[in-house]
Formats: sequence, C-alpha cells, structure tokens
Amino acid sequence: MHSVVLTKGVPDFREGQVSFDEDGHLERGRTPTVMNPNDAYALQAALQTKVKHGGTVSVMSMGPPGYESVLEEAMGIYADDLYLLSDREMAAADTWSTAITLSAGIEKIGQPDLVFAGFKTADGETGQTGPQTCWCLDWPIVTHVISMEIDEENDRLRAKRLVEGDADEIETVESPLPTFVVTDPEYEPSYRRAEHRLRHKQLKSETDERVDNYEDHLTTWSAEELDLDPDFIGLDGSPTIVSSVDPIPKAPAEREATMVEPTDEEGMSEVLEEMTPLAGGD
Amino acid sequence: MTEHEHYEAVVVGAGPGGAAAAAALAQNGVETLVLERGVDAGAKNVSGGLLYAEESAPYTIDGLFSDFREEAAERPVTDYYLHNVAGRNVKSFDITDLHEHDTAWSDAVLRRKMDSWLAERVHEKTSETGGGLLTEVRVNGLLRENGEIVGVTCDELDPIRADVIVAADGVNSELARDAGLMDWEEPEEWFQGVKAVVDVPSDVIAERFDVSEGEGAAHLFSGDLFDDVRGGGFLYTNEDSLSIGTVFHLDSLVAEEAEPHELLDNLLTHPLLADWMEGHYDEVEYSAKLVPDSKKVAHPSPHEGRLLLVGDAAGQMQAQGPIIKGMNHAVSAGALAGEAFAEASMRGTPERAGELYERKLNDEGVMKKLRPAGYKVTSALGEHEAVTNVVDSVLTSGVGRRAVRLLGSQLESLYSSPYLSQIVPDTRTPYVTLPTVIAEELGERVEGTSDVEPKSLLDRIGDLTYDTDVGNPHIELQDNSVEASGAAVTACPVSAKDFGGGCYREETVKTNGSEEKLISLDTQPCVECGTCAIVADTEWEHPRGGKGVEFREG
Repeated sequence: MHSVVLTKGVPDFREGQVSFDEDGHLERGRTPTVMNPNDAYALQAALQTKVKHGGTVSVMSMGPPGYESVLEEAMGIYADDLYLLSDREMAAADTWSTAITLSAGIEKIGQPDLVFAGFKTADGETGQTGPQTCWCLDWPIVTHVISMEIDEENDRLRAKRLVEGDADEIETVESPLPTFVVTDPEYEPSYRRAEHRLRHKQLKSETDERVDNYEDHLTTWSAEELDLDPDFIGLDGSPTIVSSVDPIPKAPAEREATMVEPTDEEGMSEVLEEMTPLAGGD
Repeated sequence: MTEHEHYEAVVVGAGPGGAAAAAALAQNGVETLVLERGVDAGAKNVSGGLLYAEESAPYTIDGLFSDFREEAAERPVTDYYLHNVAGRNVKSFDITDLHEHDTAWSDAVLRRKMDSWLAERVHEKTSETGGGLLTEVRVNGLLRENGEIVGVTCDELDPIRADVIVAADGVNSELARDAGLMDWEEPEEWFQGVKAVVDVPSDVIAERFDVSEGEGAAHLFSGDLFDDVRGGGFLYTNEDSLSIGTVFHLDSLVAEEAEPHELLDNLLTHPLLADWMEGHYDEVEYSAKLVPDSKKVAHPSPHEGRLLLVGDAAGQMQAQGPIIKGMNHAVSAGALAGEAFAEASMRGTPERAGELYERKLNDEGVMKKLRPAGYKVTSALGEHEAVTNVVDSVLTSGVGRRAVRLLGSQLESLYSSPYLSQIVPDTRTPYVTLPTVIAEELGERVEGTSDVEPKSLLDRIGDLTYDTDVGNPHIELQDNSVEASGAAVTACPVSAKDFGGGCYREETVKTNGSEEKLISLDTQPCVECGTCAIVADTEWEHPRGGKGVEFREG
C-alpha cells in the first residue's frame, strides 16, 4: 500500500505561541508555523495502513521553503518520504489552485492507493482543499472517517464515518481503491493484534532515526517540474476574493474584580448572596 | 472471525521474573511475546529493594543480561546493619556476614530504571525470535478451549494462543487466580511494604554513610518504633537517593488497626536517622506493595497446563529474618521456566514444561530456600499466641533480660546465622519483643533531633502520577459494611481514618432516624498494591494497560 498524506503548515494557535498585533491581526513573523493539528489524524490513518499492510507513506505539502520544519514534524509520525511543492508562482493560492497543485504532485509521485487529508486547517478552516484535490484526481472520497480497514484481497476500503454534523450517527461505507480519505478528529487507529503493535514499535524506532536526517528524504518540486500552467496556480489561479478581514474581537483588558478574603465573613456572605440566584441556573 | 494470533511463548509481565523467562526462552530460539501493562516496564513495580545474586543460584540477572549492574542497578550493599530500637535506645548489630552468606553481589535497585532497561534488552532478544515486548497491554485472563488453557485474553488485544504462558504478573497475579493456583484470602500469608524514595546528593550519601564510590549501605530497624506491629524498617542507599520503607505482616497491620504511612513516619522521624537525613529530606515518591510470604504461600507446584507461574505470582518471595530476597528468586524461576519449556519442546513434549519446571525448582534448591524445612518445625512449635505470650513474658522478665545481657555481643553472631534467620517464627517475639529488650539492656542512647517532616498522605498521593480510567474503576466494593471492608480504611496505604482524600473512607449514613457506618471507595488514588483485595470484600482487578498509577522510581 502506498499512501500520500497531505499536510499544511499553520500558525501555532496554542496559547503562549500565537501573537496578534494591536488591531487583532495575526503576526505571522512572531508566530511559529506548525503542522496543522488535524493532519496528525490523517498521518495516523496512513500509519495504520502501513502497519497492517506494509508499504510506504509519503507526506506532501505546498508552501514556502520554511515549511520544511512542518514536514520534519510529519516525518515524526512515521512518514517515509516528504514532498514539498514550493515555488513563488504557487504563493497566495486559494483552496482551488492549491488543489490543482497538490493533485499534480500526487500524480507525479505515481499511483498511490490512498490519499489522506485532515479535516480543516486551523487557519483557513474551509475544509475544501482535500475534497477539491480529490475532484482533480477524479477519485472516490470518504470524509469524516473515524476508523478504517483495508480489504487487500478485494482492493477495498471499509470505513466508519460520522454522518456530518451528528456525532452519534455513524455509517459504514466501502470504496474501491484508490480512494481519498478525509479523517475526522475523532479518528482512532485500532491495533488489536500483537504483531501490529510490534510492527508499530519497530516503525517508531526506524522513524526516530529518519527524523534526524529528514532532509535526505525530502524532494522539492517547482511549478515547472510539476508542469503546471501558471494561470491555474498561485494568486493568478485563485478565483477567491477576500473582501475584508475582521480582527478578532479583544477581550476587555481589565475586568472589575473585588477581592474577598476567605476569612472575611461579611464579604463572603455578600458573595454568597450574589451567587445564589446564579446557582439556580437563571 | 479471524484466526487467533499464535506465539510459541507468551510472557505476562516485564519485571525481573518475566525478563529472565523471556531471555531464557529467546536464547533457546523460542518465539516469545512479552506483554506488560505499564506505560513502561517498571511503571507498575515497587520493591524495597535489594537485588541479590546468590552464589548457589542457577541464574543471576547479570548472567542473563550483561552490563546489568553498570546500567540498571544502584549502589552495591557493602555494609549491612540491624538496629534494635527501644525509644531512644539503640543496639546495632553488624550483620554484613549474614548478608554476604551465599551472596555473589547485592545491589540496591529502583524498579522503574531497572525494569525499563531490562525491557529494552528483552525486546531486542525476543525480536530476534519473531516476538517482542509490548507495553500498555493488560492480560486479563486465560484463554481456554475445552477446559484447557491455550492462551491469554487481553483488554487491548484480541485473544492470543500460546504453547506456554509464563505468568510473571506480580503479587496480585490475575492469571494465577484465574487458574485457581493462588487465592487472596488470608492476611497472614502476606506482608505489606510501603516506601519513600528520598533524594539525597551522591556526595552527601558518601559522607554520611561512610561509603566510597561503588559502595553502599543497608540498615534494618526493629523494636518498639512500630506500635507493636510485626515487621520492621529498612534503609538502602541508591546512587543519589535513599529507599526508606517498612514491611509488616498484613494480619498484624489489620489487628492493630495501624496506618502504614504513620508507621513509615515513625521510622523517618526517629532520631537514629537524623544524622543521615539532616537538611536533606526531599521525598520524591511514596509507594506500596504486597509481598507474599513464601514460607506459607510459595506454590509447591506452580503450574497448570500450559501456564507456569514465576516470581511473586507464585509466592516466590523469601522474607526470612532480616534478609529479604525476592527478585533473585523470580530471576531463577523465570529462567528455569523458560529453560523447562525449551527442553520439553525439544523432546517433543511441550505439555510437560510445567512438570519439568517444578522439578528444576526443587533440583536447583530454589524451593528449599522459599520453604525452608526448619521453619515448618518452629512455626508448628512457636506460632501460637499462648507460646508467644510465654516467650515474651520470659524475655521481658528479669531472667530474660539477664540472659540478653549475658549473651551480649554473641547476639550479633546469632543474628548472623543463616540457619536461624530461616527458622525465625512469625510472631511478635523476633520483630518487637526481643529487639526491644536488646535495645533496653544493651543499647546506647541516641541524642540528636530529627528535622524530618514527612509529607502528608494528601501530598504523597498528590505527588504520584495517575492516568485514571475515568468511569471504569478497577476495584468494586462488594460489601460496604464495616465488618466486611472496614479494615481497608486503615490497612490501605493511601487511606486513613478521618482522611477524605484516599481510596477507602468511613461514612456515617442516616436512614430513618438511625445511623449506620458504611465504607466507601474511590479508586482514583489507588497504588494497586492489592491490600484491599485481601482485607476487604472487593472485586479486584488491574486497571487497563497504561492506566492507573505510574511509578517513576519504584
């Protein structure tokens, strides 16, 4: 089985990492770029396929050369090789032109059995790039996947997926390979056989060695190498128009607070009186 | 349904017994899978702990795993003392000779470091035979087919078939219980140990214990500092920490309604320890463990079908007199079990592995050490309350005291007798009465004041790492009456009377005008020692793989 996992570098939105300027705009220069958190589930799904059926996992991303650190992170989740699609011509792409670029990359790699994408990126949150890439490839797609198995004999994927918008409703679907899979953040890999866990453990130690020299496993392709028409990629290929950007509303810098010492009985009973109506849920 | 996986051998538990079994199996080319429920081998393990390599043993840990002592052990014990304590009076005996009897070496160990190192070696060895070691897998029972044991069942994996199953799953072995080979009924068959690991810089240890690099000390304590509970205390030097603990007969703890952590505190704050610990009391881990009393429970025939029990799971823990040996016997038994299966398979009769294992335990002298013949005689004669009362009243009388004075320095050599240490009866005489009289008659007063302030139980629990399996408690209280389960409130090492933060507590419930005392349980702070499974009416099992308490020192 050969899997390709799509990933994107996004600002690290975790508290303490992310920086916003006075107007509430993201300061990209001061915020580290990390692998889109949801893509970890896609990598886990690809890893499960590799553990159970062998083969390789390639990770692909479109982005500036600085994305290499993102790919290094992806490598840590058991990838075999890394592909960075990087070119000035590709810059400022919307999801549409990104999908065209990524699908060209996938086709250049060869004929993978599975392509995995995570659900939504932490920055754009459109959830479009995966399905659009699949559309370009003209493959079947299964989204919101929470668990999956491969039937190697019949070349089929059997997956459990959340019926959109309702976490309680799960359906099982089948799809012929090759197929495109979008993993849900609820995705859970399942290893119920000791041999799979042992293989997983072995892959971990192999991967740990690879991470240190991830550059040796990295291939960078330009637009020319991908034979892409400049009119269909980057800003020129993006039909999306951003009409305006609203800053994130700021929380009030100062809140009114009255300090009451626990020993201050009068103060405490006032607090109690204030809180009593709230306790009723009104 | 897919076919069950099959391995030639499945070893359950990656402590020293499991590691030795796996090493012996792998050396003989047996495809071996080792399953360990901790997040890391050693994460669930606690020991005092001194690890012995006996000259007479068929296997030693460094024989099976080269570089063990350099990589996985702490300081070797080069000085061994027994302190008889009565109040501030202390009479110390140097029993290094007894300690060195039949001893090739003896090192202090911390189980997390030791077991996780062993597990890596075991994984390397077993991988070569097509198996390997997995952590975070809890084996929860035996797989049977037509009544025969054919494998194991797990929480995390589908059932696995095996030609041999080595149960090295510790003192509260679920497999031994499943096979009906061990029960959890009688408190007098068990000891309970609690321990504090205290960080002390290496150079301070060297100076205060007068040991150079590559040297270490062991100190034992008995007498009146444990409120009449039968048992004693210990202190071992690690590289840069001390292991300080107490071990008591569980029945005695229950009878005296003693709080294990308070007895530990009695030791920690005794002025005898003041000079060693002054300004350096940094307790980093509190832990507890049950210890089987091999004299009573070492299984004479620790196998059933394809299942072989080793180590604590088979009650192979020798606590006789002042010398406590467990891990070394687990190593011998584990390797013998592995060897027995390899030999039996070679002869085309793998089903006879258990029988052969039992024979090897006897032939190699392991059983004789675990169940010494002499003890049978003294226990028959001496382990009666009436006899103990007579002996104790003579000892504490003028006559007894004069005898102790007359014996004087000869007592040290009597205490150093390997034979006598094996046959000491389990009564309060050797643990409490005799040491107290010795200290009163022959001891010297210890001056000095301890500045040790032991941590509260709440802080001790708070310092431990837990990954609680929320909504899936591993212990269920079957009978919450005080009569059935009240003993757990005091005997549980993380519970205490009038303490709301532990596992067990007493509650007063008012119904229709009448009041009733009931016991309640919250397994969150559980250290998985198993005490309550014996002293209370519970449905007790281990948490799932990777869940529950995680010891960092052990």
